[in-house]
Amino acid sequence: MFESLTEKLESAINKIKGYGVITEENISDAMREVRLALLEADVNYKVVKEFTNNVKEKALGEEVKKSLKPGDVFLKILKDELLSLLGNDKAELDLSKKPSIIMLVGLQGSGKTTTIGKLGNLLRKKNGAKPMFIAADVYRPAAIEQLKTIGKELNIEVYDEGQTSAVSIVENGVNYAKEHGYDLVLVDTAGRLHVDDVLMDELKNIKEKVNPTEIILVIDAMIGQDAINVITGFNDALPLTGTILTKMDGDTKGGVALCAKHLTGIPIKFIGVSEKLDGLDYFDPQRMVSRILGNGDIMSIIEKAESVIDEKEAMKTAKKIQAGKMDLEDFLSQLKQIKKLGPLENLLKLLPGARKLGLNNVNIDPKQFARLEAIISSMTIKERRNPDIIKASRKQRIAKGSGTSVQEVNKLLTQFEQMQKMMKMMKNGNLKMPF
Amino acid sequence: MGLFNKIKKVLKKDDKNLITYEKGLSKTRKSFVNKLANLSLEYDEINDNYFEELEELLINADIGVNTVMDFMDKLQLRVSKEKITDPSMLTEIIVDELFIIYVNDEILSNKINYNPNGPTVILFVGVNGVGKTTTIAKLASKLKKEGKKVLLVAADTFRAGAVEQLNSWGKKIGCEVVSDTNTNDPASVVYQGLEKAKLNKIDVVLIDTAGRLQNKVNLMKELEKINNVSSKVLPGSPHETFLVIDATTGQNGISQAKAFKEITNLTGIILTKLDGTAKGGIVLAIKEEVGVPVRYIGLGENQEDLQVFDIEKYIYGLFKDMM
Repeated sequence: MFESLTEKLESAINKIKGYGVITEENISDAMREVRLALLEADVNYKVVKEFTNNVKEKALGEEVKKSLKPGDVFLKILKDELLSLLGNDKAELDLSKKPSIIMLVGLQGSGKTTTIGKLGNLLRKKNGAKPMFIAADVYRPAAIEQLKTIGKELNIEVYDEGQTSAVSIVENGVNYAKEHGYDLVLVDTAGRLHVDDVLMDELKNIKEKVNPTEIILVIDAMIGQDAINVITGFNDALPLTGTILTKMDGDTKGGVALCAKHLTGIPIKFIGVSEKLDGLDYFDPQRMVSRILGNGDIMSIIEKAESVIDEKEAMKTAKKIQAGKMDLEDFLSQLKQIKKLGPLENLLKLLPGARKLGLNNVNIDPKQFARLEAIISSMTIKERRNPDIIKASRKQRIAKGSGTSVQEVNKLLTQFEQMQKMMKMMKNGNLKMPF
Repeated sequence: MGLFNKIKKVLKKDDKNLITYEKGLSKTRKSFVNKLANLSLEYDEINDNYFEELEELLINADIGVNTVMDFMDKLQLRVSKEKITDPSMLTEIIVDELFIIYVNDEILSNKINYNPNGPTVILFVGVNGVGKTTTIAKLASKLKKEGKKVLLVAADTFRAGAVEQLNSWGKKIGCEVVSDTNTNDPASVVYQGLEKAKLNKIDVVLIDTAGRLQNKVNLMKELEKINNVSSKVLPGSPHETFLVIDATTGQNGISQAKAFKEITNLTGIILTKLDGTAKGGIVLAIKEEVGVPVRYIGLGENQEDLQVFDIEKYIYGLFKDMM
């Protein structure tokens, strides 16, 4: 996401480290590069100016001069300035009311409807909320069907009255939610331009009628310099309690993330990281800064793993690995767990130094996993526990059953055999880990 | 130079399209032009501060960073060479140079490349939420009014509600829609659509595809497959491939154009949502860096708000108040 920015910052840091001393000249050089990287990331022009000036000024200050390691001090200045742009703390949702009403607003195509689904799913899982959706996009053809499809998939009820008046739909919907014991109401509104007075009045009316706990602006992370106009436009009319940045899994540099809070005071609460319905993460400024500075985000990886991996199952496998007794059934269960982690590319990117190792551009074909799964699933339980008995005719049957070839079955068996050998070596203490 | 006079001649008053352009671009124009006009009022002479403010203005219009930097270099060179000191003279040069960047000595045609021997296939691609489906509906209604027999193909098999959305547009404008809820393979829907187009002697087939971020390799491969199927059923198709870009898009627009051009035979850009405050300046950089011209622009939510793109009118719309 911030790869080129990270690269430029790293090169600036290294330059400063190399000089051993910060001078007006070398800091200007370094910051010129940083400035271009920020502009190319669509960070607001004014913010870029302010940021580069602040960093420069502090870097030339007394504290740095006295320091024996100006590179480290420079790094600290960058970190502090980035944090002050992003806001130091995580911004939580207010879910204290019963029901809490969260209204999502935004331009057309920013991803409101999909985000409603993700948000409902996340808050149900993490906060134990009992969510209901209200379909108040009465303009875009099939918007209501889209929300209903998502609701059905998540098993979350959707309140709708077809394409009638958005204001009364929301009003009736909230009453319905109260009567039926829902404690969280998520309102999907139609996409609109912030300069469309008629439609902005509709939002104001909805707000008057139901007084939402949160009004959140959904912003496409690919937005350019117009971001500030959009945020202030919606905020002036409503005001907003937060923003959600969507499509952060693209190759966008997402500069809006760096300036939205700073320019408007409105915090970013979540970011959208995949098309799937679990692709929404809390926005954490500290972790974001760590990623921008190329230090990765291990905490997010661990959290992700914790949220999807069945601990008992994992312990069982770990014991088997230690005893050198893992079979293909355990392998299959591991594959299934890995699949739950979502696209592996996303996780690799969070590793410290991912860019240097080239892990930021890795592509993993999900079909590869599906093939392995199909091959093992086509084996009998006996074969999975004791792969040695798989000979020519069994291989042919397995290949046929899984729609693969005998070569592919062979490849899997050889790989598994090597894994077993490694595990036996581990058990005997003969294996030196490669790291 | 003399560009303004040229433009004025091109655009005689009662040009209906122009009025829509002006209306749609008025919000865009206001902020940009006011600032540019103020800039020449504010400064008695051209100096570094003037250039810095001008640079800020262009970057704020989302014109690509590289394009702006090159442009500023060129401008500064020209100013020193021609010894220009009066900022009011510079305004015209700025417009002139922007025009040159876009046109780049090419002859740009905005006519659809019709297939003389059967259905003309137009493929619509783009990232999520840029307005592909709505744009297809607008173009379909335009083509229908021209007397063409139009068929819509709902090949967005991924997003919930996408097929319904196209179906409901089809009903509204009276176009048949080919969809298949039994498959999630878009290439298969395209196959069915094109076979039908051949059989029913359709003039133009508009194919709606799922929004995909350009860095998702597997989704881009899917697009390749759609392309292959299309050219197998109707050799030489798709005859046009339009990348739909949202006017609020920043620097990422360049990466979008590059990635989609690699996979498809991109023949044009459709710039949507220009009726907001976003300026869509990234299209200048896309033309300069990737070589893909804008073909249509979307200036509103109505069916008639899709307009053939005309760079002269576009610049005129941006700078009208100054003339």
